[in-house]
Amino acid sequence: MSDVRAHDLSVVLDTRTVLSDVGLQVRGGDWLAVIGANGAGKSTLLKAVAGVLPYSGEVLIDGTSVRRLKPRERARLLAYAPQSPVLPADMTVFDYALLGRTPYIPYLGRESRRDREVTASVLERLDLAPFAGRALGRLSGGERQRVVLARALVQQAPVLLLDEPTTALDLGHQQQVLELVDRLRLADGLTVVTTLHDLSLAGQYADSMMLISDGRVAASGSPADVLTEKLIDAHFGARVRITSGPDGRPGVHLERP
Amino acid sequence: MTDPSDSTAPPAGGTADGSAHVPGAASGRTAHAPGSAPGGAGTAEGGAGVSGAPAGRATRLRPAALLVALGVLLASMTTGTLAGAADIAPGQVMLELLDRLPFVSAGSGLTPVEQGLLVELRLPRVLLGAVVGGLLAIAGAAYQGVFRNPLADPYLLGAAAGAGLTTTAVIVLLKGDTEAVTIPAAAFAGAVGGVLLAYALGNVAGRGGGTATLVLAGVAVTAFLTAVQTFVQQLSVEDLQRIYGWILGTVDGGWERITLIVPYAAVSVAVLLAHGRLLDVLSVGDDEAVSLGLNATRVRLVVLLAASLATAAAVAVSGLIGFVGIVVPHVIRRLAGGSYRVVLPLSLIGGAAFLVFGDVIARTVLAPAELPIGVVTAFVGAPFFVAVLRVTKRVET
Repeated sequence: MSDVRAHDLSVVLDTRTVLSDVGLQVRGGDWLAVIGANGAGKSTLLKAVAGVLPYSGEVLIDGTSVRRLKPRERARLLAYAPQSPVLPADMTVFDYALLGRTPYIPYLGRESRRDREVTASVLERLDLAPFAGRALGRLSGGERQRVVLARALVQQAPVLLLDEPTTALDLGHQQQVLELVDRLRLADGLTVVTTLHDLSLAGQYADSMMLISDGRVAASGSPADVLTEKLIDAHFGARVRITSGPDGRPGVHLERP
Repeated sequence: MTDPSDSTAPPAGGTADGSAHVPGAASGRTAHAPGSAPGGAGTAEGGAGVSGAPAGRATRLRPAALLVALGVLLASMTTGTLAGAADIAPGQVMLELLDRLPFVSAGSGLTPVEQGLLVELRLPRVLLGAVVGGLLAIAGAAYQGVFRNPLADPYLLGAAAGAGLTTTAVIVLLKGDTEAVTIPAAAFAGAVGGVLLAYALGNVAGRGGGTATLVLAGVAVTAFLTAVQTFVQQLSVEDLQRIYGWILGTVDGGWERITLIVPYAAVSVAVLLAHGRLLDVLSVGDDEAVSLGLNATRVRLVVLLAASLATAAAVAVSGLIGFVGIVVPHVIRRLAGGSYRVVLPLSLIGGAAFLVFGDVIARTVLAPAELPIGVVTAFVGAPFFVAVLRVTKRVET
């Protein structure tokens, strides 16, 4: 299990500071949910940790600075799925998932039998085996999300960074995908960092949460610490009622002002 | 527990010992940080490699598809060699070609003039058509991959406008002869120069080489160079026909032109074919390609340079033949799938066959007069393309 730490993360895009001095800490095998209003910098944070954006500060995996790793080495530690992944309509599910093996294949090399076996068994595990030969353009929303997850898992990285894995999914599929991520996390000891716009869902699944507002950390801690009526009013401008579920996890309910 | 790094890999599907309990499980090749990938935990989670999924479902260039493509190419080249304005019986052509093989002696009964016509005109014309068609089609496929845009063609970044300008300048200012080597050299330099100009402009304007900026830079460079070309062309009206003739394109020109471009063709094709897998990775977007450890900017630059070299080589000896670079890759995609490992090699072969067939039509329909080949590629290619679109209905891309 790999723990993830970051400190003093700042990202400047087009002279605009999108993220400033953000720190985070996730224990190996834990699930961190990053929440915040639209434009707060959640996706930027995830991209910076994934190494997709230039940033200042440090990201450490098990104490090793990601900055010092070669891109391929980094990609074996961190798997990232963006909020709106590009799914070429005529690529097959198998080919797409197989792309996850990229960090293990030499620049001009080709996939080995093992790469294909890893891919095949991940598809099997996510119940996607029957879809292996299907074009991405012919999948439903829930299937697409699972395929994206499969590609990230094929990467066999101990840390999963998922940007809004439930966007555009209906209630049932949201739950399905998050349950799946949780099962995989527990089975393989994966460390998971997700952004989630649905606060209730975030509170249900995360071990710890971080609230980002205007590119800075506004609060972090257990779901009960972060999901408070006061914080949500201050940073989302939303009036909510917080209830405590039987498992101690907070539930968030919108109330009309 | 089988060591996954063991060279004797388990059979497809890894059912024998359940070693398929990915992900994160077997870290043999992966050099994870210590303890990052728990060993057997994965087996508990419905993995266990049940009913072994075959490990070879990845899209690959199937031998059958390759054979079909080569068969079509062979047919086109045979037709190209047998057909022509001069009435030479096909049997005699075959005998004459056999006669040219080492250790074979077959009297074809062709007159020396007919022999010369066959070997010095028709054969090199067929070969040049194949080389140029293949180069334009593979370059078009590569451009479409790099820009993730189905409308990209090999001339997108100013190769055509650059070559047009330099060629026009040579014809008008130096009174250069279209038969001489100066024209191919000038066209080649112009094509390469146009692309480099667009690339430089795109990088200055775009900070980090975004594809959209690059396309716009290509549009700007094309417009600018075309304007200059038109101006130079107007300086000398009497050369208009030669300039226009060059622009419409021809694959006539003899062995000399083939030897001229073979080195560039070989290098660019080798580089492009080697990058099929990486173009597939690029097709999921830059962010994900980078997160997979790929240097997207570098891959794009290498592929662009190789594709532009292929385009420049083709333009240098054949002028501006349209349609091949944009349509052939799409036809291949429809027929054989979207992976660039399939699209690139089959476009190369398909483009070659397409242009050879096109040239056959160009020189026989109005024989002994000739149609410009660019006219034929569009006239024949467009309906053909529509037919392929209709026959192979697919998901909207």
